Amino acid sequence: MTDQQTTTPEFTSAFSMIRALGLIATICGIIIVGVYQGTLAAVTANKKLALERQVFKVLPGAKHVVEYFAAAGGITPAEGRATPPDAVKFYAVYGVDGKLVGIAAEASSAGYADQVRVLYGFDAAKQAIVGIGVVSMRETPGIGDKILTDEAFLKNFQALDVRLGADMQALANAVKTVKHGAKTHPWEIDAISGATVTSKAVGRGINQSAQALLPRLVPHLDQLRKQP
Amino acid sequence: MTTLDKKQPSNMDELLDGLWKQNPIFVMVLGMCPTLAVTVSAVNSISMGLATTFVLAASCLLVSMLRNAIPKEVRIASYIVIIATFVTVVDYAIQAISLDLYEALGAYIKLIVANCILLGRAEAHAAKTPPIPATLNAFGMGIGFTIGLLAIGGVREILGAGKLFGISLFGAHFQPWVVMVLPPGGFFVLAGWLILFAWFKQRKPKQDATPTPSAEGVKA
Repeated sequence: MTDQQTTTPEFTSAFSMIRALGLIATICGIIIVGVYQGTLAAVTANKKLALERQVFKVLPGAKHVVEYFAAAGGITPAEGRATPPDAVKFYAVYGVDGKLVGIAAEASSAGYADQVRVLYGFDAAKQAIVGIGVVSMRETPGIGDKILTDEAFLKNFQALDVRLGADMQALANAVKTVKHGAKTHPWEIDAISGATVTSKAVGRGINQSAQALLPRLVPHLDQLRKQP
Repeated sequence: MTTLDKKQPSNMDELLDGLWKQNPIFVMVLGMCPTLAVTVSAVNSISMGLATTFVLAASCLLVSMLRNAIPKEVRIASYIVIIATFVTVVDYAIQAISLDLYEALGAYIKLIVANCILLGRAEAHAAKTPPIPATLNAFGMGIGFTIGLLAIGGVREILGAGKLFGISLFGAHFQPWVVMVLPPGGFFVLAGWLILFAWFKQRKPKQDATPTPSAEGVKA
């Protein structure tokens, strides 16, 4: 190779380089687009199934899930669009009879290792959160991941008070995680002893999400009573 | 599979190369990022290994088929585009198969692009070899990688969770050795296997009284 370079340097023409790259880009483009098209139906179905599984867990009795956006101006069905920057995504959940069972929405906050993302179910009649499920987390196994299994912790979410204040602008009482055993109000979350950081992440995430969503949602709840 | 001329490694040799003699994890110590990161359970290890095997075999086949059409000035760009294509294919395929698995493997599916085994095989082997032996060699490397991941992932799952393939092994009284499923556990178990391999290799020449030739070929 060094011989070639010193005596007669071989030049690859620009055309052949472009031809090779063009050829590869074309082949690869066809493969990628083909696979994307081929798997799209299965991926969409999987995503829908995963969402429904999560939602049914936090709101028992659910049958249908409809995606909506809540913005300052009111609520609109999502119909597959991406979330606009000033809106909050939520799911209206209906039972077999087509009546509203509740609202599900996602909350996320930084935990010990990564974002802790939970889905919570909101019961409109009780004005309370009635269940949570973890969407994703990377918390320490055996410590932070107790939020999935710790019964005392999950009991916090059987009726976590998220009533709106009289002005309908914010929650009457911010959701707060308190030290293990110190819970005295229905809007407080009793932390898991030894997993305080993860417990606090759940509380903080729910508070942020509820503060952003509920003032925009609750005044328009009547629009959602019947399944569209 | 037929045995070819002695100078040319047979197809069987190509296939077996990556399984033992040049095992990517235990001998060449390549692709350490997924090796340490996703081996928290046996299922994750196998999935990651098979995904990498597919990308390896498919990209080496394409690189080998196009080896005469790719000028050497643009070869790295070409290989990376080809590898990235098959990583995208795997990414969509796993989403279609199971979203839980996709969540568990996280960013490491996409990071297969940067796995040095892939560019290493494309550059050091597939670019100079006809399609069939190139694909067989890549497939063997992939399986060797999968076995390596499984060896680490299995041990970590047994010690760190008391399970194997999600099946509880020791009953309710087992206190899991949690550190094994945390990042340090990956280093501990990998080190353990590397010590075992080194000891095994050192022992073998003494027994045979003939030193084994050092791994053939260049380190990819």
